[in-house]
Amino acid sequence: MGIEGIGARVLRKEDKRFITGQGRYTDDHKVAGMHYAAFVRSPHAHAKIKKINSKSASQMSGVVGIFDGKQLTGDGIGNIICGWMIHSKDGSPMNMGAWSALATEYVRYVGDAVAVVIAESLAEAKAAAEAVDVDYKVLKSVIKAEDAIKDGAPQLHPEAKNNTIYDWEIGDEAGVDAAFAKAANIVEMDIENNRLVPNAMEPRSALAEYDAAEDHFTLHTTSQNPHVARLVLSAFYQVAPENKLRVIAPDVGGGFGSKIYIYPEEIVCLWAAKRARVKAVKWTSDRSEAFITDAHGRDHVSKAKMAFDANNKILGFKVDTIANLGAYMSLFSSSVPTYLYATLLSGQYNIENIHCNVRTVYTNTVPVDAYRGAGRPEATYLVERMMETAARQLGVDPAELRRTNFVREFPHQTPVIMCYDAGDYEASLSAAMEAADYANFEKRRKKSARKGMLRGIGMSCYIEACGIAPSAAVGSLGAGVGLWESAEVRVNPVGTVEVLTGSHSHGQGHETTFGQLVSDRFGLPSENIQIVHGDTDKVQFGMGTYGSRSGAVGMSAIEKALDKVEAKAKKIAAHMLEASEGDIEIKDGEVSVKGTDKKLLWHEVCLGAYTGHNLPEGMEPGLKEGAFYDPTNFTFPAGCYICEVEVDPDTGTTTIEKFVAADDFGKIINPMIVEGQVHGGVAQGIGQALMEHAVYDDEGQLLSASYMDYTMPRADDLPSFNVSTTETACPGNPLGIKGCGEAGAIGSPPAVINAITNAIGHNNLSMPASPHNVWAAVQAGE
Amino acid sequence: MAKIEMTVNGRVTSANVEDRTLLVDYLREEKNLTGTHVGCDTSQCGSCVVHVDGKAVKSCTMLAAQAAGSEIRTIEGLAGDDQLHPMQEAFRNNHGLQCGFCTPGMIMTAVDMVNRLGPKLDEKTIRAELEGNICRCTGYHNIVKSIAAGAKAMGKGMKKAAE
Repeated sequence: MGIEGIGARVLRKEDKRFITGQGRYTDDHKVAGMHYAAFVRSPHAHAKIKKINSKSASQMSGVVGIFDGKQLTGDGIGNIICGWMIHSKDGSPMNMGAWSALATEYVRYVGDAVAVVIAESLAEAKAAAEAVDVDYKVLKSVIKAEDAIKDGAPQLHPEAKNNTIYDWEIGDEAGVDAAFAKAANIVEMDIENNRLVPNAMEPRSALAEYDAAEDHFTLHTTSQNPHVARLVLSAFYQVAPENKLRVIAPDVGGGFGSKIYIYPEEIVCLWAAKRARVKAVKWTSDRSEAFITDAHGRDHVSKAKMAFDANNKILGFKVDTIANLGAYMSLFSSSVPTYLYATLLSGQYNIENIHCNVRTVYTNTVPVDAYRGAGRPEATYLVERMMETAARQLGVDPAELRRTNFVREFPHQTPVIMCYDAGDYEASLSAAMEAADYANFEKRRKKSARKGMLRGIGMSCYIEACGIAPSAAVGSLGAGVGLWESAEVRVNPVGTVEVLTGSHSHGQGHETTFGQLVSDRFGLPSENIQIVHGDTDKVQFGMGTYGSRSGAVGMSAIEKALDKVEAKAKKIAAHMLEASEGDIEIKDGEVSVKGTDKKLLWHEVCLGAYTGHNLPEGMEPGLKEGAFYDPTNFTFPAGCYICEVEVDPDTGTTTIEKFVAADDFGKIINPMIVEGQVHGGVAQGIGQALMEHAVYDDEGQLLSASYMDYTMPRADDLPSFNVSTTETACPGNPLGIKGCGEAGAIGSPPAVINAITNAIGHNNLSMPASPHNVWAAVQAGE
Repeated sequence: MAKIEMTVNGRVTSANVEDRTLLVDYLREEKNLTGTHVGCDTSQCGSCVVHVDGKAVKSCTMLAAQAAGSEIRTIEGLAGDDQLHPMQEAFRNNHGLQCGFCTPGMIMTAVDMVNRLGPKLDEKTIRAELEGNICRCTGYHNIVKSIAAGAKAMGKGMKKAAE
């Protein structure tokens, strides 16, 4: 292995530009003739648009056009769609209401876009947007999911009676009921999963250019998946055919799911550039605008119960969940509370009987979709709070209860679709307990007690399914797209290599880790390797980055393409060296015949491929290969997180004294990058557990809509993390890797809450465990 | 409109700006110094931190006109050509960044931290001092490590310069 190959802690190639201020994010791009867009947004959660008067606004300085939803739909721009069909348990398809990029008749959440102003400067666009006079008839609104399904609740979409999008189930309810009938113990819980705002630090942005002579569009945008954006903008929104639309996602400042979706603003900027006859339109979200337009995450309420036999073996698990999807169905919103959630309810445990019912509902709030973890954090929070609560109720050690129920044989088919391929849950539990010095916790608790502080410890043994996903499998479950990935490896005549990938890096470090695959394969230095991504004109196609798929799926595609390049290079070398193809070895930049001193330099073989002077009979010149990789299964990262807290009973303040993560990500390409992913994920999970909360008032105004109100984790809220890995290779992909991008956010919230409830001595606590909520819980007692 | 003159990264510049122009917008839009970022609109996130007369300032909290006559240093001007400042080097060596968006502000804050408090910074101090900078990717773990290492390296540089 070269020093920059697989498994090495290679420093990041992309860092130079970021640490010197040379990163090029969408808003950093400027073009000649650029105009600016400002949106007129609804101040009401639910209203009928009576009249839009833009006459005086349109006469203001710099304004070149003001457009509304009727003009947009009049030009044939299609409604925004949800790309995953879910059927209710009665067989009926989900009830999707219409979502126009600019509202036509009704507005359904505060922030819903009503009109757009295009002007020469941003200040002029904003001033005119303020001056557009919209006459609304305010309607009654509904904010909470539990209220939305009640009879007599305000109705959002005529398609969805009682605001219900679908009423779906998974598992065998009769089997579960039978299991409960013979239970020795039953543990019941009501659990809420708090609504979050993803908050990538770079706000969303779009720069739409229109070339009238060619009738061609170029869109720079903050996207995790530019090809999917182009596909959807073309096929569904009818903005332009794919061959007339280039989508570029340049440097992107974080995504966490929120930049998967194709939002109204991108559609409107493209359409308005053409309609206003300007060369380009740019829009960049303010943070305040981001809070009320970026898709939110989580927002579940569930009732759960678990049945145990007399030996504390789990007999059955039954869950009833209501998920709030907001005012419209965002791109993947339907899949999150179903196939990304209920399929993980078996956790790390052998549970024969599971049943979950999920109702998704419309409310007058920002649309909800996948946010880091997407469904799996909600499942893990349920399962792991349940396990901890059960251990307390049954009077057994929480680690012991988990051990009693661990899956220990693989492959393991759960009753909720997933087939776990490999894992060793005992190994990560033991590693975490040792790193946390679990055995001596009581001593530390006593020490805290002497200071008048409450100390607690909690664990979470999570499993998640990522590296999404086998195309045929997700297709059968309703996905509108395949979830393969593509790659192309282009070897230049001088032996340098370009890898074109459909994955997209917005912080993950692909330019480094993807290069390590090439470096490892041919022994080339990293400066000879370039990773190309994020441009539909350069990369043929790709499904993008989300669901922790870039390693397991994206890198596997590169491996496949490298196999083909290696095979062809060996054929050429064998011919040039008059040797047998099977004897050719490529290593450290040399191509040699095994057991002889016959060899060529790597670039001599590459040059040979391109001169075509001496190729095997019938071989095409060149050295460039592409591959599509379709995974055979999800990957199943799993691990154990242990959190230790100190709670001040007088103030309710929680201090995280220790946070231990022991993860199994299979083979690891670059440990430095993987650790960084865990750090970031855990921080977001702690954020959810302790402080983050998107709070609406009864009228649908988002109260936590700025960094003054929505508490983001800051450096002094968090400890340094103790992170380690155990390894069972994933049998499902050529590299043996499992996804690592979301695990931290999935596994950590229950560990934190289990620790706090352990400290305060009862279970009556919801996220976020803010000082106020913890103080109240301490005061209230059980 | 006001005509303002200031020194940006060692160069004297002047421009006519609207009175309401923020320093960050002046740097990004007029001077094309897009390394200084805008991550919020409430002066909370710190993505826009630059140095004004040697002190860290959130450039969204200040009008360009208020900076007239001042010396401004942005991330682009932190080190000389083709050189890296020890703090920049430390962020790279310690994987102190992921998406890179908050990074310029973090680095400018970190340099100011060392200038004010000296090169020996413990974890608690660094975490407290980062109160005005938000990162969503790293969980701060490696940022804290980077700043400690960068501070140490700056300290060596200061010592060398003193000798």
